Amino acid sequence: MLACELMADYAELIDSDRLEEWLELFTEDARYDVIPRENVEQGLPLSIMVCSNKAQLRDRITALRQANEYNLHYDRHLIGSVRVRPSADGTFEIGANYAVFQTTLEGQSRLFSAGCYKDRVRIVDGQLRIYDKCVIVDTFSIPTLLATPL
Amino acid sequence: MTNSKTIKVEWPREDYSRIPFWLYHDPEVYRQEQERIFKGRAWSYVALEAELPNPGDFRTTFIGDTPVIVARAEDGSLKAMVNRCAHRGAIVRRETRGNAKEHICIYHRWSYGQDGSLTGVPFLRGIKGKGGMGCDFRVADHGLQKLRVESHAGVIFATFDDETETLQEYLGPVFTKHLSRIFNRPVRVLGYQRQRIAGNWKLYLENQRDTYHGSLLHEFQSTFGTSRATQAGGVTMDDSRRHNLTYARAGTDDDQEFKTLYKDNKVHESKLRLEDASMIRNFREFDDGISLAICGLFPNATVHQISNSLATRQLRTFGPDEFELYWTLFGYEDDSEEMTQHRLMQANMVGPAGLISMEDGEAIEITHRATKTESVSACSVVEMGGSGPIIDLEHRVNDIAVRGFWFGYAQMMGFSSKKEQS
Repeated sequence: MLACELMADYAELIDSDRLEEWLELFTEDARYDVIPRENVEQGLPLSIMVCSNKAQLRDRITALRQANEYNLHYDRHLIGSVRVRPSADGTFEIGANYAVFQTTLEGQSRLFSAGCYKDRVRIVDGQLRIYDKCVIVDTFSIPTLLATPL
Repeated sequence: MTNSKTIKVEWPREDYSRIPFWLYHDPEVYRQEQERIFKGRAWSYVALEAELPNPGDFRTTFIGDTPVIVARAEDGSLKAMVNRCAHRGAIVRRETRGNAKEHICIYHRWSYGQDGSLTGVPFLRGIKGKGGMGCDFRVADHGLQKLRVESHAGVIFATFDDETETLQEYLGPVFTKHLSRIFNRPVRVLGYQRQRIAGNWKLYLENQRDTYHGSLLHEFQSTFGTSRATQAGGVTMDDSRRHNLTYARAGTDDDQEFKTLYKDNKVHESKLRLEDASMIRNFREFDDGISLAICGLFPNATVHQISNSLATRQLRTFGPDEFELYWTLFGYEDDSEEMTQHRLMQANMVGPAGLISMEDGEAIEITHRATKTESVSACSVVEMGGSGPIIDLEHRVNDIAVRGFWFGYAQMMGFSSKKEQS
């Protein structure tokens, strides 16, 4: 139940462009990794976007807000059924499929990305928080560019 | 190519400082580019030898929009062939990579050897004397179209045309030397990044040759000082001017000079500071002190060194309105684990989500969209660094290599302006 809420919050905060609040879903030691499926299948370590701690994730969002230029658009996440697997150490592995649609400011939508989440979460002060987010991207030939997080 | 319509290009200026917008959009121009450039007298980058270490290893790729197999044969030699069955034209090898002694088309099971020669045709002589190919059908005449292959410093190129000069001659001394510099010891592929851009492929070749935009469009660079136009650097081309090398040295300007200059030019000045700057650290690994080297090899490759991020970028065209960039990021086999991790983190700077490269996708798409319906007489302005002769410059406040690209392109396409620049 908590896991489903976490996923719903995750989608809502990105889709409503509240990325600073979205950051709060992560622990300070969190890793955020977007990796092409073709690299996963070949056992290659290269990501498209990777942050190995929350400071780097904050830097990404700061750069996005203040330095980077990208295609102006709305995001819409559709996240499928959430699977929860408890680990012996009290943390959880949660997984789900996702689809992200992008819509231009002229109102045209396209499927931007399909893939799956393989996340590791733990309870911090009564709240479920992500300490390892892995986005495996099926749509690894990225249309145009990837700026906002998946 | 027969039945080519003659295309007449009126260059508003003979020094290629004005580019008619219709050249990015015309389907006939695109068709002739495939024939005269990608299937013509050019060497296209296809793969790294590090991706084909063993006999039988193959990769599927594209030259322009033509599907190609590049492979290492049993005897260790490199082969390249068009990935299209000689029978009915189906894609023969559908996987992106693998290891195989033969390539078999699923449609009628025609099979080909590692060099593309036809080795098997089911029911060649029919069944019980009935059917089969005609008696004048010669298996030897029906292989996959074979390309010439050459490799320099472990970087593999292929050409369709028997008349193309050798790879060494084609790249010339400046660019063979630069490839030897980057590929100075065995490399290890770290992975791939890809992006599909809805724009004409030539806009990307221009983008790679336009040093003017670097610190302006990619504000992350100027803000954090990874590359600024005030650093010592320049642009080098070859005689054909179709290839180019943009380079810069870190630590050759000072903060105050940079800040004053950019402020005076109304460039966004930010107080942005990275919380974790480990990603942008530059570990010096070349004796020449060059920290940024973007090398464009006409027609389809870029080799970059951006601090410690090393990559090739292969451009694959998919019609006049779309291309894919295929980024192969690598390190060296003798890298420490720490250096490998650093290169993997620095990959954040490049590719479709690159902090200093994502903007190119957007810049190209908005240019392509807005120029699609322009009139025949409308053209872009390429005059940074001055007009006139197309020469090497020892600064980066220019886009002279863009004119160099058009000079080389026009020669290959038969579009040259009346009076060529010397």
